[in-house]
Amino acid sequence: MSEVAGPSVSRVRVVLPEHLRNLAQVDGEAAVTVDGEVTLGAVLDALEERYPVLRGTIRDHGTLRRRPFVRFFAVGRDLSHEAAELRLPDAVAAGDEPFAVIGAIAGG
Amino acid sequence: MSGVRVLVGTRKGAFILTSDDARERWDVRGPLFGGWEIYHLKGSPVDTDRIYASQSTGWFGQLIQRSDDGGESWNPVGNEFRYEGVPGTHQWYDGTAHPWSFTRVWHLEPSLHDVDTVYAGVEDAALFRSQDGGASWHELAGLREHGSGPKWQPGAGGMCLHTIVQDPTRPERMYVAISAAGVFRTDDGGVTWHAMNRGLRSEGMLPDPEDDVGHCVHRIALHPSNPDVLYMQKHWDIMRSDDAGGHWHEVSGDLPSDFGFPIDVHAHQPETIYVVPIKSDSEHYPPDGKLRVYRSRTGGNDWEALTHGLPQEDCYVNVLRDAMAVDRSHPCGIYFGTTGGQVYASNDEGDHWTAIVHDLPAVLSVEVQNLP
Repeated sequence: MSEVAGPSVSRVRVVLPEHLRNLAQVDGEAAVTVDGEVTLGAVLDALEERYPVLRGTIRDHGTLRRRPFVRFFAVGRDLSHEAAELRLPDAVAAGDEPFAVIGAIAGG
Repeated sequence: MSGVRVLVGTRKGAFILTSDDARERWDVRGPLFGGWEIYHLKGSPVDTDRIYASQSTGWFGQLIQRSDDGGESWNPVGNEFRYEGVPGTHQWYDGTAHPWSFTRVWHLEPSLHDVDTVYAGVEDAALFRSQDGGASWHELAGLREHGSGPKWQPGAGGMCLHTIVQDPTRPERMYVAISAAGVFRTDDGGVTWHAMNRGLRSEGMLPDPEDDVGHCVHRIALHPSNPDVLYMQKHWDIMRSDDAGGHWHEVSGDLPSDFGFPIDVHAHQPETIYVVPIKSDSEHYPPDGKLRVYRSRTGGNDWEALTHGLPQEDCYVNVLRDAMAVDRSHPCGIYFGTTGGQVYASNDEGDHWTAIVHDLPAVLSVEVQNLP
């Protein structure tokens, strides 16, 4: 995994699935500010801080475990099973590529 | 405005059906929260503009929505349902001990007395209360911890607390029903609880058919003028208690099937009750393909089939436990929704029925409000 260099404050683009965009009242991509290292957990923390209605919809309250039918993609990689401490790719930290929250394909 | 407002929860959103007092022409609004399962929505008896809704999916979990303007606009409120302490285990399908874990809110019961107090029955079975309009939720853990919790086991739909009934004459008394555990009552506002299942028999489902807990109670109901009389639709058997759940006796009478899910009481006649017999086990559709509501005007045992306006051939829908409601109009209106997406209404106590909507997603719940 590449290191993130540059400023201590990063603006990260986040793509949300339609239902979460509606909940957060976001039109198009969301954007969050991460202070310090741009890790998977830091982006999710910032997302929930910026949009409190998303608490519990992506990760469980309390345990902060990813919900089973939610996936995380970035720069063509599936990061769903990575630890919260994982540094996200430079392109995400730089705002060139979005971090995507995906509702897994499942029937019903 | 006067009239009635019917709140319909479905597998793919909520719908609000409104009519004037005649209840003949209906305005349909929805879907609200399209694509989400709306297990239940219910208005406050204190303020009809206050409505709570349980919104969930397998993808994104549980949300609670609140409206303060009769369903015109909604805002998500608190959605954290954390069990008190270390929740322990209950029985799993294979008989092993299974850790308690939250899945969803099945039922929301607004307080009879305070607009900001609302109870939530959840899966895995527990009772939560909010006293700030749904912003925060706290478990009334005395229920789960009263002693029999490790013996509770899930029904086919999960181990859910699906029914919450308040005694209108004793604010500290409340009943809940859990599948498959049974009925429990508190007399001190939810601090302590007692199993109220004497007289229930679950032959073939429990090693001891008359055990204190383990019964698959589908729904209970009471009439506010006579709150010590309780009616129950159990997995099998229609049951009645005349002593606030102290003892139950069967009143299934000659119903074509004593299996079913909802049971409700006429708004003005405390001995008039309604059920929808369903064929079981596992079929879960009306006997003989005929959708019939059965009414007893004697508190059970003697039943009459209500069929006028309901399909009497090739009907194989189900009516779920929270999918029947009664209004307080004169004459009393009865409403129920089906897994086929119909909501049927009767504005004359069940004598005649009309499908006020035909093609909704599968209906999970129906509630009705009389508007001032």
